[in-house]
Amino acid sequence: MNTMNPTVTSETGAGVVEDKVAPVKEERPAEAELEEGVTVGTPYSDDPKFKLRNVEVFYGESRAIKNISLDIARNEVIAFIGPSGCGKSTFLRCLNRMNDSIDICKVKGSLQLDDNDIYDPSRDVVELRARVGMVFQKPNPFPKSIYDNVAYGPRIHGLANRKSDLDDIVENSLRKAGLWNEVKDRLDATATGMSGGQQQRLCIARTIAVSPEVVLMDEPCSALDPIATAKVEELIAELSESYTIVIVTHSMQQAARVSHRTAYFHLGHLVEVNETNKVFTSPEHNMTESYITGRFG
Amino acid sequence: MQTANLLPLVLVIAVVAYALAYTRSRSVAEPLGGIRNLKALPFYYAARAALWCAIPALILLGAWAAFEGKVIQNMVVSSLPAEVAPQSPGEASLIVSQISNVAEGKLDPTRVPEAVLGAADLLQNLRAESSNFKTTLVILIAVLGSAFAWTRVQPHINARENVERTLRWLFFACAAVAILTTVGIVLSVIFETVRFFGKVPITEFLFGTSWSPQTALRADQVGSDGAFGMIPLFTGTLLISAIALLVAVPVGLMSAIYLSEYASKRGRAIIKPLLEMLAGVPTVVYGFFAALTVAPFIAGVADMIGLNASVQSALAAGLVMGVMIIPFVSSLSDDVINAVPQNLRDGSLALGATQAETMKNVIFPAALPGIMGGIMLAASRAIGETMIVVMAAGLAANLTANPLDSVTTVTVQIVTLLTGDQEFDSAKTLAAFALGMMLFIVTLILNIIALHVVRKYREQYD
Amino acid sequence: MIEQGSQAEIVRQSLKKRYRKERRFRMYGRVAIAVALASLLLLFVDIIGKGYTGFIKTTITLDVTLDGEAMYLDDPTDKDQMSMADFQAPIIASLQGYFPQATERSDVRQLSRLVGSYAGNQIKDLLVDNPGLLGSTQTLEFLVHDTVSVYVKHAGDEAYSVRLSDQQKGWVDELVEKGVIDTGFNDVLFSRGDSREPTNAGILGAIMGSLLTMIVTLVIAFPVGVSAAVYLEEFAPQNRLTDFIEVNINNLAAVPSIIFGLLGLAMFIGLFGMPRSVPVVGGLVLALMTLPTIIISSRAAIKSVPPSIREAAMGMGASKMQVVLHHVVPLAMPGMMTGSIIGMAQALGETAPLLLIGMVAFIVEVPDGFFSSATVLPVQIYLWASSAEQGFIELASAGIMVLLAFMISMNALAIWLRKRLERRW
Repeated sequence: MNTMNPTVTSETGAGVVEDKVAPVKEERPAEAELEEGVTVGTPYSDDPKFKLRNVEVFYGESRAIKNISLDIARNEVIAFIGPSGCGKSTFLRCLNRMNDSIDICKVKGSLQLDDNDIYDPSRDVVELRARVGMVFQKPNPFPKSIYDNVAYGPRIHGLANRKSDLDDIVENSLRKAGLWNEVKDRLDATATGMSGGQQQRLCIARTIAVSPEVVLMDEPCSALDPIATAKVEELIAELSESYTIVIVTHSMQQAARVSHRTAYFHLGHLVEVNETNKVFTSPEHNMTESYITGRFG
Repeated sequence: MQTANLLPLVLVIAVVAYALAYTRSRSVAEPLGGIRNLKALPFYYAARAALWCAIPALILLGAWAAFEGKVIQNMVVSSLPAEVAPQSPGEASLIVSQISNVAEGKLDPTRVPEAVLGAADLLQNLRAESSNFKTTLVILIAVLGSAFAWTRVQPHINARENVERTLRWLFFACAAVAILTTVGIVLSVIFETVRFFGKVPITEFLFGTSWSPQTALRADQVGSDGAFGMIPLFTGTLLISAIALLVAVPVGLMSAIYLSEYASKRGRAIIKPLLEMLAGVPTVVYGFFAALTVAPFIAGVADMIGLNASVQSALAAGLVMGVMIIPFVSSLSDDVINAVPQNLRDGSLALGATQAETMKNVIFPAALPGIMGGIMLAASRAIGETMIVVMAAGLAANLTANPLDSVTTVTVQIVTLLTGDQEFDSAKTLAAFALGMMLFIVTLILNIIALHVVRKYREQYD
Repeated sequence: MIEQGSQAEIVRQSLKKRYRKERRFRMYGRVAIAVALASLLLLFVDIIGKGYTGFIKTTITLDVTLDGEAMYLDDPTDKDQMSMADFQAPIIASLQGYFPQATERSDVRQLSRLVGSYAGNQIKDLLVDNPGLLGSTQTLEFLVHDTVSVYVKHAGDEAYSVRLSDQQKGWVDELVEKGVIDTGFNDVLFSRGDSREPTNAGILGAIMGSLLTMIVTLVIAFPVGVSAAVYLEEFAPQNRLTDFIEVNINNLAAVPSIIFGLLGLAMFIGLFGMPRSVPVVGGLVLALMTLPTIIISSRAAIKSVPPSIREAAMGMGASKMQVVLHHVVPLAMPGMMTGSIIGMAQALGETAPLLLIGMVAFIVEVPDGFFSSATVLPVQIYLWASSAEQGFIELASAGIMVLLAFMISMNALAIWLRKRLERRW
């Protein structure tokens, strides 16, 4: 995996999480090379869904996100990449305030969804999360039936008035997640009995059953085998037609395969944002280049 | 010599044996060129000597202490002339206590029959003889053991292996005490229960609806038979336990939920130990509280609203017992709720569920098996609880579901039947063991199921 | 399927109701905790309210003339005379000094019931020790009668004065005003055994009984429990027998305590013929009962010693036993001790099994050995709480406070030990 080529669609994409080359670790550039608040490439957009300015995240005393500004465009797929601990997951979790449950976590700066501030105290987090759904690293189906898993969101939000409406939502969501044909005969079976890939697609179906506008994905394939990964990636491509998708990934090939734009994070800085093609063929920043060519990470 | 004095003596001999063997092992090693040439360190030769000295002596001492009293008693009773020889076990226990009281000078010798005086003399002699014999034998065995070990201090013998093997067996014996205890419990209750069923048919005991164990002292007394139907005790126990669980389960469960999902770190650090204090309060204190504060209060309130409440109501005992088991329910629920993986919480919250919705629809169902296990353990504790009901519930075996009435429980009856004057071998005394057996079986089944459920639940998320 | 965007509107409309449910749910939690904590508070307040008077004794100080004629006594060294003499007489005479008009037979009887029934014995003991005092006048302090004590301690509360006549109340009020009747710290409580009279009863006997019983329990349960834990964690092979031992331990931990009382009664007393009511049997029964707690906590302590320590010692050629005795057990000792102290605190508060093995008898003497008849603190509380007299109820609450103080200090010791000796790996 030393010679990173973005056009290579290796099936081992899911497995590269721990794929590091130890001896070249010393080449990891010092933080001094990074200039705070400076991002090379094209971080801004004309039609932003999210408008994020000067975002900083603190865990107690330590600063996990350092002055990041970024636009996420409507119906685009943007991938966040970077070495472990670079803050990409933390940043992602700011977008639907999943960091709220961590007491010591504080978010500063301006984060807007459709020109409304996400962290406005009067802003309702339940409504926000109904609009901005999230899929997690490890598939986390509830220990209920497949049907109840998908129906859970619509039920709590009161999105269906009749049983038949709910049935429609469940079927549609499962169809969109490409799971309908596999599970239509066993909707009452418990979800924990499914394979890992099916579970993750069920979680995606569960998320889109609420009809969100944005889907956040936090390394959705890291716990899956290559075949399941391929299916989920296919699904992401289909979903990108109607949803804004933000995906955090450890696999550069995955970023290359599914995303329109790619953002490279390093030690809490947003180093570079560019068209995915550009990032993997001619990165502007030398650190992005070091990372994608596998000199550290 | 008294066992209490003999015990330190054996230990002293063991220490001497240790010291002697230690010195000898060094002197044996000297001509060979130091302790390097011994198979084991001097410490092990010495420890082996101490073990050889102490273990056989202590086993003998324990066996003697356990059986001495019984053997001597039988010898004394069988020595009694035919005209005073006891006809029934009840009489026997009376005569034995008379004899031993005379022997110990607690009873005036002029006020007992001649034969008892003779027996008392015999008892004193036998006790003295037994004591002397025991002392000699124990010291002899201790010294012989030490001497043998002393001769075995030889460079080619690996004393460490001996010592370690012995220790291992000792450790095993300690672990086996758990089995012995269970066996002891089963044997304790089973023999007397079988004898009880010889006097009272098992069907009457299990299905009879009347409980009044007062057997008559004279045969011509009215109602001399006594009734031994355990149904009223069983329903009384269930009534009080049910009230207790009605208090403890909602309060304990909601406390656990609040503490694990809502409370701040500091609030948790303060409230949790306070809740656990409720479990540390001795049951006799709860009994005191129930009998002297809660029961009169309930009777007063019931009187005020025109109801008739007994001074010893099931409600008072049940409420206080409920308070006692709150911490059992809350700490077990807290454990199982915390065992539900965080990612299920995140999954639900990310869909826009509120915390309460997440709790009710996702976490609670996931934790339910574990919580059920915890409730079963709490129920088993409520059924077996004794002091609260002894002090606050009554003795009247009413077959009722009215919580303001007085009911009695299995544990209350065991205590009542076995304290105070006992008649050996009477159906009354034996009934207590039969009740004990029932209690043991019911709580055992509850515990086994509950522990199994909780373990399975843990494995699911590990 | 719901359109994106329109769904946000539906969600917004449902919010008010959902947040109301959220608040209600949260409130249930708060109420539950409030109920639990209020019960705890009520329990403590109730016991302190009932029992603080147990720490107060009421005394009457009188100038008593040891008049031989009134006592029918001329030689205090004569045993026969001493056993017949009327030692109550000088006390009544002294009281009549305050109330000269009380000469009727019924008045005298009422007067004599102001002082405790052991007051006469106090004079007798004094004369036995100092025969020369006969005829002299001494200033002596006596305990008052229980009814008077209760009346004085609850001055002004009608409910506590029903057992005194109006005349007696008048006398007592006057004596209190004159400072003849006074209250002070109840040293009797900590220096005597049980008694038929509440003012004369103490918990020293019960404390000694508890102490002796706990020593037996500790001496048996700690070494056996720790050894069993060491065996199960370090030496036990994976087999049926080991599984069976584990199942037994877990179940014994949940067996009702009264069952252990049946075991003690049938095995130790019935089969082995050990005496009833003695600390040895009580200690044995409680040891068997505490054993599972100690084994379970000791095993947890042994488990927390990291394997690297064992491997390091093994690597230097130590035998398995040496590894365990030199490294694992010393490192696990704080955890084992904490668990044992908590187990001992439980045993200290245990009552039910001891009732069955006869430690429930009325015992006046303070026990002086493991084989002397004794009772323990919780049983003494039970005995007093079952009595009808207000004086005993006060003593029971005072006893509870002492018991709780012991248990709280034991638990505090356990927490301190854990904090102090805890090692983070």
